Amino acid sequence: MRAVGEYQLEVNGDAQRVSAPDHWTLLEVLRYRLGLTGSKQGCDKGDCGACTVLMDGRPVLACLTLARASEGRAITTIEGLMPAHLRAGGTGADPLQQAFDRCGALQCGFCQSGMILSARALLERCPQPSREDMRDALSGNLCRCTGYTQIFEAIESAVAEKLALQPRLRSWEAQRAAQEPSR
Amino acid sequence: MSARDLHGPGAPWGPAEPGSKSNVDFQVIGRAHSKVDGLAKATGAAVYADDIVLSGMLHAKTLRSPHAHAKIRRIDVSKARALKGVHAVLTGESMPIKYGVIPWTPDENALAVDKVRFIGDPVAAVAAIDEDTANAALKLIEVEYEPLHAFFDPRESLVRAEPAIHEGRKEGNVSKSVQLEFGAVDAALSSADVVVEDDYFFHGSTHAPIEPHCAVATYSPEGVLTLWSATQITHYVHRALAQVLELPAHKIRVIQPCLGGAFGGKSDPFSLEFCVAKLALLTGRAVKMLWTREEVFYAHRGRHPMHLHYRSGATKDGKLTGVDAKILIDGGSYSSFGLVTTYYSGQLLTGPYHFPTYRFDSTRVFTNKPPCGPKRGHGSVQPRFAFEVQLDQLAEKLALDPIEIRRRNFQGDFTRTVNGQRVTSNGFLQCLDEVERASRWKERRGKLGPGRGLGVAGSMYISGTNYPVYPNDMPQSGVQLKVDRSGLVTVFTGGNDIGQGSNSMCAYIVAEELGIGIERIRVVAADTDLCPVDLGAYSSRVTFMVGNATIDACRKLREKLVAAVAEKWQCAPARVRLIEGLVVDLDDTSRSLTSVEAFHLAETKFDTLGATGSYNTPKLGGDYRGGTIGASPAYSFTAHVVDASVDTETGRISVHDVWIAHDCGRALNPMIVAGQMEGSAYMGIAEALYEEHDINRFGLHRGPSLLDYRLPTSLDTPEFRALIVESIDPEGPYGAKEAGEGPLHPSLPALSNAIYDAVGIRLKHLPFTPAKVLAALREKRESAALATQGGTR
Repeated sequence: MRAVGEYQLEVNGDAQRVSAPDHWTLLEVLRYRLGLTGSKQGCDKGDCGACTVLMDGRPVLACLTLARASEGRAITTIEGLMPAHLRAGGTGADPLQQAFDRCGALQCGFCQSGMILSARALLERCPQPSREDMRDALSGNLCRCTGYTQIFEAIESAVAEKLALQPRLRSWEAQRAAQEPSR
Repeated sequence: MSARDLHGPGAPWGPAEPGSKSNVDFQVIGRAHSKVDGLAKATGAAVYADDIVLSGMLHAKTLRSPHAHAKIRRIDVSKARALKGVHAVLTGESMPIKYGVIPWTPDENALAVDKVRFIGDPVAAVAAIDEDTANAALKLIEVEYEPLHAFFDPRESLVRAEPAIHEGRKEGNVSKSVQLEFGAVDAALSSADVVVEDDYFFHGSTHAPIEPHCAVATYSPEGVLTLWSATQITHYVHRALAQVLELPAHKIRVIQPCLGGAFGGKSDPFSLEFCVAKLALLTGRAVKMLWTREEVFYAHRGRHPMHLHYRSGATKDGKLTGVDAKILIDGGSYSSFGLVTTYYSGQLLTGPYHFPTYRFDSTRVFTNKPPCGPKRGHGSVQPRFAFEVQLDQLAEKLALDPIEIRRRNFQGDFTRTVNGQRVTSNGFLQCLDEVERASRWKERRGKLGPGRGLGVAGSMYISGTNYPVYPNDMPQSGVQLKVDRSGLVTVFTGGNDIGQGSNSMCAYIVAEELGIGIERIRVVAADTDLCPVDLGAYSSRVTFMVGNATIDACRKLREKLVAAVAEKWQCAPARVRLIEGLVVDLDDTSRSLTSVEAFHLAETKFDTLGATGSYNTPKLGGDYRGGTIGASPAYSFTAHVVDASVDTETGRISVHDVWIAHDCGRALNPMIVAGQMEGSAYMGIAEALYEEHDINRFGLHRGPSLLDYRLPTSLDTPEFRALIVESIDPEGPYGAKEAGEGPLHPSLPALSNAIYDAVGIRLKHLPFTPAKVLAALREKRESAALATQGGTR
């Protein structure tokens, strides 16, 4: 029988007592002990990024992190964003989550909890990222649906909303704008 | 009801009047909206198959074949069964009935019976208290194999029938063969001014959805089996389960939870669905099976490798005279959708260009590799690649601009293809115009500097097909509406939302038709107990067919609402308009009711409020055997321009921009359409440059992981420019056609053509790796040197 340990994790601001086999990853504990299934398992070996969570504000792969090694660190999962936003006096989901929803970035959605958390970490350190900044920051999160365009547009939309900027026209919007007068 | 009956000649969304704004008559359609499940996905609340946890649930694992082709001499599961924590063990004999998604070719077993046909073929399954115990039990299963000669090259399968991969077939190791000729091709080619003849190769690629396959089953004391599965076709899984488990279909409920990507890879009924169902029946416990990423690679059903030979002729002014194709298709170890794939490889090439004559000879063979199946652009991406490169070769011989040769061969709209398929709306010329304009083709082509070029390609694809897999005359899609007194409308649809947004599409249509907000609509989908049958998310059928069925249901409900209000107002029904949560009198706009009040009036006047709607295709297709395969009620059209450069030192290709113009009929939600176009082009560029589902000479996958099978990251992916063309199809819902698969096709040939424009090498064998680029560049230098020597001699 494998060793089972008991320890404490700080997840989304809550101190959680966890009892789990010592070899379990943070992803397993989040999904199977704490019921936080928003973090996804796509490959279980650190290739896809669907399991990305924030540890002390930095994105980490929960499938490659032993749960026990996360003791004493502040872990944020996708489930933590909306309650934190509400606690801070906001309404609805976190503005970045709303931007992903508004901009069509969520197709199958399976990669998106990891994607949104990577994007959240990017915006914390770089409030107005360029496309190149985004490409760098999201390169550990594979998306199979979108071709990434609408993910970039979602981040740009969230930035534009926060900084009261005019978001740039999407290709099909520019196309429509160009066609309108002639119609 | 067919769409023509539904919409009639006076469809209210006819082409916009000159001078009028587009979409002026629509409140919801034609605008960007969030998806109905967007926030659930963004917040982690959406429930996918592996998120389902049931009390007392067991975990199941599969033992797989280590041999590519072998007889099973003996299986002993007694030690596995005796392990503490193991609740049941299954082998092939537990479920001996063969199945297959195409009813004519049932050649699969849930677990191998008597023999295995590829490395990874499922042999046994164990249910245990947890995954560790199930894995430990797999190691205790003893299987004695007798290895057989394994086939890895389709050319060998073509000529060698023994050992048969599937015994008892008179065609040996040939899975399906189709020869069709339309007009006198040889005569047309011999009288052509120019002929190009060449070979092309399309490698295999796989879907790689980020969510692995997963299924959960539970068996109730009343004898009802419920299966949650990451499937894109609930209805076919339902049928297959009934058949294999020998249960009446009404005792089975299949539910598709939120799905983490599919792209065709979750279309077949899969081993794990039968296994968890059977294990739940045997143990009386809920059972889950989640495949590892490696298992997903071996389950495959991805794009068929094809060896393609094309011969095309044209007149001096660039008009095609005939096209002759010979295609060898590597099917892997099972039939899957292969019958359809074989037809599609020929049937779907006959637009957007007019072919005066056409012949194809397509043969699919079995090999001892993971089975191939439908991947986005099923059966048609490979021939499209070959033909669009060949069209560029013709243009070059004729010194014609590559866009111009495509324009000159445009087949037109409201026409019939050479193989008898009816084409309705066709916006291909506008697609060419859009990519030419947006890419600044005329100004930039040839002036991009060394090593950089532009390439173009076109394509067409189906919006569903009138071939319903199993023959019947019932609707292909049904929708039910239920109205609550709160003003909530619930839509029940058998359609599978696989991330493409089909549930949202239903909500937009109901909102448009009933004049209520999208937030007042809930969509219940893909649950066989609750929803009417829809044939599922494949062949780009959902928007067209489910959309039309939804409109049909809405029109019936709206008629009741209008009648009830008209009666109250004592006015003609034509004056009653449902809009923005209100019902207004068009002639006296001071008079209005809320939608909720109208619902109450209608429920009072009629009955409990609801409606059903359905869609079936009109009779379509050529009058010959196989003539209905590839027949679609409407075809989408696409053109791409790719801007790419080649590093002649390293052979590395960089794709800078992809302009995608797609005729989707009408964009019901342009943002979702753009997302489909970008995602399609991403997938096309990915398989052109990076991805290869390659099996080595032992039958092992060369890289069954998301690291080795190289999905492009955000750093590798080019910029996409989605340009929407709306041809307003007379039979589509508000004129809509498909957008989810067509826009993949031109990516690969347009890239090949761009590389030719950049550095003068024709890449005809996919994928375009640096090694192939360098080899082609070397060959070009050497032949240039030879030509120079020849010239001086």
